[in-house]
Amino acid sequence: MSWEPKIVGFLCNWCSYRGADLAGTARMKSAPNVRIVRVMCSGRVEPAFVLKALELGADGVLVLGCHPGDCHYAEGNYKAMRRFPLLKKMLAQMGVEDDRVRLDWVSASEGDRFVAIVNDMTEKVRALGPFARNS
Amino acid sequence: MGKLKVALYWAASCGGCEIAQLMIGEKILKLVEAADIVFWPVAIDVKYKDVEVMPSKSIDACLFNGGIRNSEQEHVAKMLREKSKIMISYGACAHEGGIPGLGNLHNKERIFQTVYFDTPSTDNKDKVVPQPKFQVPEGELNIPVFYDSVKTLHHTVDVDYTIPGCPPEERTTWLALEALITGKLPPKGTVITHTAKAVCDECLRRKGEKKVKAFYRTWQKVPEPETCLLEQGFLCAGVATRGGCGALCPQANMPCTGCYGPVEGVADQGAHFLGAVASIIDSKDPDEVKKIVDTIPDPVGTFYRYSLPDSLLRRARIK
Repeated sequence: MSWEPKIVGFLCNWCSYRGADLAGTARMKSAPNVRIVRVMCSGRVEPAFVLKALELGADGVLVLGCHPGDCHYAEGNYKAMRRFPLLKKMLAQMGVEDDRVRLDWVSASEGDRFVAIVNDMTEKVRALGPFARNS
Repeated sequence: MGKLKVALYWAASCGGCEIAQLMIGEKILKLVEAADIVFWPVAIDVKYKDVEVMPSKSIDACLFNGGIRNSEQEHVAKMLREKSKIMISYGACAHEGGIPGLGNLHNKERIFQTVYFDTPSTDNKDKVVPQPKFQVPEGELNIPVFYDSVKTLHHTVDVDYTIPGCPPEERTTWLALEALITGKLPPKGTVITHTAKAVCDECLRRKGEKKVKAFYRTWQKVPEPETCLLEQGFLCAGVATRGGCGALCPQANMPCTGCYGPVEGVADQGAHFLGAVASIIDSKDPDEVKKIVDTIPDPVGTFYRYSLPDSLLRRARIK
């Protein structure tokens, strides 16, 4: 069997999960590689979640939240926005490629954007190959 | 009841843990009253072969410091585990890999390249690097095999208790030794400290809302002595570190570096420290956030100073 990238997606309940839902109800086609975990807010996604996903076998981690300024909790997605550059800088030192971990924004009406991000990320992770875990 | 039998060993460590063990001062007399030290390479002349012939589980407790960096350390760790009823991980290196654990950003090849070739003071014309086996007329000589990664003690053998710290504070060491001597040990797996809460809980500095525009290293600015160091932009690991040390470093105007390991229930100390630090960045502008993040030159060395081998990723991937 050929290898397929496994991507864990943490989607915020209020925008991005609904965006994904919209893509589904509109029967848009997207790569089936993202396993979605619904969280209440992208600000809930601790850096440890991303590391844990990689440790447990994910080849990539996608975090989607409301667009800046649109957070249901006013400030939550800004927390995600502040954490990600530092997390990615740390991951670069650890030899984790830039394209394996991504933070982006998808609103409840952006089913097409969700599909585009999922497809793009799947292809990028596919190009990187499996994430070889360390012993 | 007869006297306890205690063994002490050092693996990939600096020797500071031995000094920390002696820091208990005159209490060491209470220790030797209650226990015979049967193995302690730094202080008494007992060889590995003497330990090898000891019956299984004949040592009551082993205090093991240092991470596992080579085959000798792994061998001795396994041997002492087999001979000891209680295995105690002593100090940050055994607990989480410690400072030598930062070697996990590299591998054997890169470390040897630096140590035996690239350092300016090295003169190695014949390109000699250590070989685990070497044939001489008298027979084969062996030295330990150097591993790519540092491992913690608990990734190598089953560990019963942990005494954290780099090195463990005297009061932490004694808390554990007293429990051992009096037979009042906590449940297996306990990290023995005076508190399971964070260093901040013991830190006397004034704590307010944290919003930071830039991070500083201690040489860049003199900290104000009464306000929380993190609020002042110093990367103080107190928020993500188990207390019990008495918050000594912040009291001396130095940020906590995280040597007591994660607080109870946290798997990855560095990720929690990183999350806490990033959350206090005072900006909503991605470009400004990036600029502020760039004031942290070495995230792994800062957030995982003692805990890289015990982190979720354990080591860097090297291609």
